[in-house]
Amino acid sequence: MTGESKSPLLCLGIEGSANKIGVGIVREDGEILSNPRHTFITPPGQGFLPRETALHHQEWAVKLVQQALAEAGVTPDQISCIAFTKGPGMGGPLVSCVVVARMLSQLWRVPLVGVNHCVGHIEMGRVVTGAQDPVVLYVSGGNTQVIAYADRRYRIFGETIDIAVGNCLDRFARVLNLPNDPAPGYNIEQLAKKGSKLIELPYVVKGMDVSFSGVLSYIEGAAHDLIAKGEATPADLCFSLQETIFAMLVEITERAMAHVGTSDVLIVGGVGCNLRLQQMMQVMVEERGGHLYATDDRYCIDNGAMIAWPGLLAFKQGQVMELAETTCTQRYRTDEVFVTWRD
Amino acid sequence: MSAAAVAVGAAAAVAAAAGAAAASAEAAPSQTTAAGPCDQLQFGSSAFTLHSQGAEARVWEGQFLGRAAIVKQRFSKKYRHPQLDAKLTVSRLKQEVRSMMRARKLGVHTPVLYLVDHATSCIYMERVEGHSLKTLLHQNSLVEPELETLLVEVGRTIARLHDGGLVHGDLTTSNMMLRQTDNQLVLIDFGLSYNSTIPEDKGVDLYVLERAFASAHAESGAAMFEKVLEAYRRASKQWSATLNRFAEVRMRGRKRTMVG
Ligand SMILES: Nc1ncnc2c1ncn2[C@@H]1O[C@H](COP(=O)(O)OP(=O)(O)O)[C@@H](O)[C@H]1O
Ligand SMILES: [Mg+2]
Repeated sequence: MTGESKSPLLCLGIEGSANKIGVGIVREDGEILSNPRHTFITPPGQGFLPRETALHHQEWAVKLVQQALAEAGVTPDQISCIAFTKGPGMGGPLVSCVVVARMLSQLWRVPLVGVNHCVGHIEMGRVVTGAQDPVVLYVSGGNTQVIAYADRRYRIFGETIDIAVGNCLDRFARVLNLPNDPAPGYNIEQLAKKGSKLIELPYVVKGMDVSFSGVLSYIEGAAHDLIAKGEATPADLCFSLQETIFAMLVEITERAMAHVGTSDVLIVGGVGCNLRLQQMMQVMVEERGGHLYATDDRYCIDNGAMIAWPGLLAFKQGQVMELAETTCTQRYRTDEVFVTWRD
Repeated sequence: MSAAAVAVGAAAAVAAAAGAAAASAEAAPSQTTAAGPCDQLQFGSSAFTLHSQGAEARVWEGQFLGRAAIVKQRFSKKYRHPQLDAKLTVSRLKQEVRSMMRARKLGVHTPVLYLVDHATSCIYMERVEGHSLKTLLHQNSLVEPELETLLVEVGRTIARLHDGGLVHGDLTTSNMMLRQTDNQLVLIDFGLSYNSTIPEDKGVDLYVLERAFASAHAESGAAMFEKVLEAYRRASKQWSATLNRFAEVRMRGRKRTMVG
């Protein structure tokens, strides 16, 4: 194909593994030329289901591609490769996006590159913040992992042994009937600012792993009772939940840092925009003489550029896929990816 | 004083300190002074020097009544809510002391406890002469059949702990030491341990160890852990329930769909 001769190299990435679909265009120096996104928002108290989410993505994909090209001021013939999310994620939404990627690849005659969603978050975080070799805390609706790079793999040092931290927050938001707009976790964060009373909750750390299902079922069960008796306000509960589960996350991050001997931390993933989490992490990192790298919602939350950028890195190493290889997978661990673009 | 007398004396001090209203029984510990991170730790006339600083505790080294001793001092973590911090510091100190004693009763080697001081969050204990398993494995200083023997001992030790209803909570190769004097495997760092007979808890304990082997000992880690697991299977009376659960916990990690 003609991809290699274009200069500078540009990659268009499509992400849609959960309830957001995003299309981003990134240049080989790491500059993000455009990165529009649209979120599928469900009514309060409801989560997003695969079928409806897939339909949402199908409706928005082409519009977002056009928007991304227009905002970047580029034409399709300037694109060198197209990156898509191979996984992990929800089947229907993933497939909806890869179909668009395949179509564009045929139309524009450019190669395809499949990207691991988690690696996308990490590489986006690194390029946006300039962090070199940090311990990574990856926290989102579906993931909770403490990661460090070694020997061409992002190795998982600690993770949740049950549900993800974002899932825990989202489900508690549903108990309180908080809106899903812009995100349930965001609304918990805002409400938590008004809370002050710390309700004792289960705190579960096992080595470098954490567990949230016990905390969630405890607070789900106790919430209405505590509120009815006037022992806690919804704000106190949000406050207590954040204080408890974020302390668990900072604790395992610090353990991993001690283990690998690194003093810098990068937080990525949707929950990574939470300012209270960033603040707690900052205190810990400062004590260790390191630096905290974090990004705001433009990059923390799923977006197209986070797929385009590692796609471009892989493309430069000659990693392109034949059409038949461009499948998706719901399960795809961070440490399965062989990282060709780092030493 | 014989070693046994120290141990018994320490047990009494521990029992008193672990009790709820034991302030008056803590006459000796009140001599202890400990301040900021880099300060010295003093017990009576003997000074302790800093050995290492972990995430939640400083480890000091020195002499306690004429014996080589280690002091593990928990400190407060500024990032967490003061109430949560106080609760965790106290509960982990108590857990560590109780579990070390309990493990000893189960026939698992742990450092001998000398003294517990709640006022300064310090545990005084025997200093184990030797290296951690992590260091030994990284140095490649162990060769077959020594290595195999040691891995088998790790499996047996955990089985003994689990069969006795104790879960370590932080099984890593850094928390296992090989004592030079008698070549015994000694378990340390019981701050996250707790009593449990539930297969899920034991399964997670093994899962934590598996991941520690994999992350700290790269490619050879998996093979070494398999040997540990095999020895555990042979030694534990409840191996079937625990290993079934362990397999499930493992699959949970690999199969999690991870959305978002
Ligand atoms: N009783 C002991 N004898 C000798 N060394 C010890 C003893 N206890 C702790 N250490 C050393 O101090 C290190 C940290 O102690 P540990 O109890 O594991 O605390 P942490 O919670 O910081 O990991 C251990 O890895 C070991 O090298
Ligand atoms: Mg330790």
